[in-house]
Amino acid sequence: METLLQQTVNGLVVGSVYALVALGYTMVYGILGLINFAHGDVLMVGALVALEAIRLIQTHAPELGLVPTLLGGLAASVLVCMVLGYTIERTAYRRLRNAPRLAPLITAIGVSFLLQTIAMIIWGRNYHTFPQLVSTTPLEPVAGVFITPVQIAILVVSAALMVALMLLVNKTRLGRAMRATAENHKVASLMGVDTNKIIAATFIIGSALAAVAGVMFSSNYGIAHYAMGFMPGLKAFTAAVLGGIGNLGGAMLGGLVLGLVESIGAGYIEDMSFGFLNSSYQDIFAFMILGIVLIFRPTGLLGERVADRA
Amino acid sequence: MKHTLVALAVLGLGASGAYAQEVVKLGTAAPLTGTQAHLGKDIENGVRLAIEEYNAKGVTLGGKKVKFEVQAEDDQADPKTATTVAQRLADSGVKGVIGHLNSGASIPASRIYNEAGLPQVSPASTNPKLTQQGFKGAFRTIANDVQQGQAIGRYAATKLGKRIALIDDRTAYGQGLADEVDKAVKAAGGTLTGREFTSDKATDFLAILTRIKSQNPDVIVYSGMDTQGGPMLKQIKQLGITAKFITGDGGCTGEIAKLAGDAIGANAFCTQPGLPLEKMPGGKDFNARFKKRFNTDVQIYAPYSYDAAAAIIEAMKAANSSDPAKYGPFISKVHFPGVIGTVAFDAKGDIKDGAVTVYQFKAGKWEAVQ
Repeated sequence: METLLQQTVNGLVVGSVYALVALGYTMVYGILGLINFAHGDVLMVGALVALEAIRLIQTHAPELGLVPTLLGGLAASVLVCMVLGYTIERTAYRRLRNAPRLAPLITAIGVSFLLQTIAMIIWGRNYHTFPQLVSTTPLEPVAGVFITPVQIAILVVSAALMVALMLLVNKTRLGRAMRATAENHKVASLMGVDTNKIIAATFIIGSALAAVAGVMFSSNYGIAHYAMGFMPGLKAFTAAVLGGIGNLGGAMLGGLVLGLVESIGAGYIEDMSFGFLNSSYQDIFAFMILGIVLIFRPTGLLGERVADRA
Repeated sequence: MKHTLVALAVLGLGASGAYAQEVVKLGTAAPLTGTQAHLGKDIENGVRLAIEEYNAKGVTLGGKKVKFEVQAEDDQADPKTATTVAQRLADSGVKGVIGHLNSGASIPASRIYNEAGLPQVSPASTNPKLTQQGFKGAFRTIANDVQQGQAIGRYAATKLGKRIALIDDRTAYGQGLADEVDKAVKAAGGTLTGREFTSDKATDFLAILTRIKSQNPDVIVYSGMDTQGGPMLKQIKQLGITAKFITGDGGCTGEIAKLAGDAIGANAFCTQPGLPLEKMPGGKDFNARFKKRFNTDVQIYAPYSYDAAAAIIEAMKAANSSDPAKYGPFISKVHFPGVIGTVAFDAKGDIKDGAVTVYQFKAGKWEAVQ
């Protein structure tokens, strides 16, 4: 029982990072019908910029406390990623908006390689140690479950950001314009919505979320390097599809479900298959669930509400 | 045109006849740029020191005095580059190769050396496969992963605890090493509580570690690289697991300590093929000569590459020829006191009695315990 609870906590922490990144995929898909494969690499840039900023703060203002230093790093990384997201949209995707779907998709893969290579040139190929500003030492176990302050922070921050995003999309003027653009570009622009601005805003918000996810990822695992965006990017994309791509609630649900399935799958697959399978099938297990869900619900878990879009 | 060629050929013949001293080139290949550059340079320097000392002593082959020269190539620790530089070495007429560092580079390159009929002695590649491909010219002066895996399994089961959990990263290195650990643990009377798997790109091990925790092992053996080992140690602490931790040479680095931060301590162990320099029979003297020549300390592999070069030259002396086809068969028969101990190879081409050293993490660094 303790083990099951622990696996659930593990899964929720990983899952909420996936969910945060998945939101970026799903927002862009919802509005443009584009799968932005460079999104995982924005996460990587976020983590490495934060690392650089934290190092700067620590050398020039070492008297600053741990949390202000982390917030400083986070702010720098969010800012840089917002600019980066805007630049990617403006230079790589905007010109291709009316091109066949394949063109922006290939461009997205190109942007992903470009970001990785630039990061490799700037930061090298080594793994960097990410400073531990929030403790990773476990708290006193509750019901046999170990959890660290940084994991709690991840859960709280992700939940807060998801709620904030939901409010933004459903309650504000910008959100209404985003929903209108998602439904139909042309009609939205006829109604006086500046769709270029809205699409740019979507990229900026998605990149900011990726930056936060990157900082959380690196704080939790204590590492950062140029290729770190690939795995979370792939998993988050899977989560977005699982939840129903284009649907915000779906991305969150998909992320959490994927995290839980992975964690519990890795923990119990050997017992469930009577020793026939083992934890090297961890990823296969996750993708099997994805396959099964898509067979019965081709639009993902929550995909039906926006069926015409997704 | 034809006449010029003939004339040149005649001139060439004349030239080689005029100089009694013949130049014999030996190749060495290792990463000389990138993150492992310091280790690659260590290998190159070991080879240089060996041939300079042989040149100073003077070697005569087939009645002619020979002068050895080194051709060093950079394989960038990359399998593809390794095959390119292997071909370059073969084409440029070297008589033997000392290299490469990484198993992933040595193994693809070994095929090219084999086709070119060149003997290859690796000072650092530990994957068993290198000497198991049936290539007559493939040798190594360092203990392989079979020997290392046995040492890890034996040490874990006899010194650290009976109940052992095993994790590997599903790479050729990680899986091969883990298989040997598995066998050795059972042979030493230990029990395997479970075997878990991850990948060399993973960062999250909480799921498999939670499972391991529920099986309550005394020791966790991790077979993989430091870049996963660091975060893994962190997560072991994060889950409140108190089991001891032991890993192979892939994790036996300063990097793992950096990545693990405060999560690494005296319950962390690792192994490294070979002996620490101060325990090698010729270690102290070698270090002094090395430092005098290159003005830098021995990293790890210089003694192995020094002995690898010496093995090739000793075989040449025994065959009284620098022709790879003639001296090649003599490498398997060499038997001489080297820096690392007695240099002699078994039937496959592995060093006989390859030593493995166990280290424990003490006061911020790895310290040899056995």
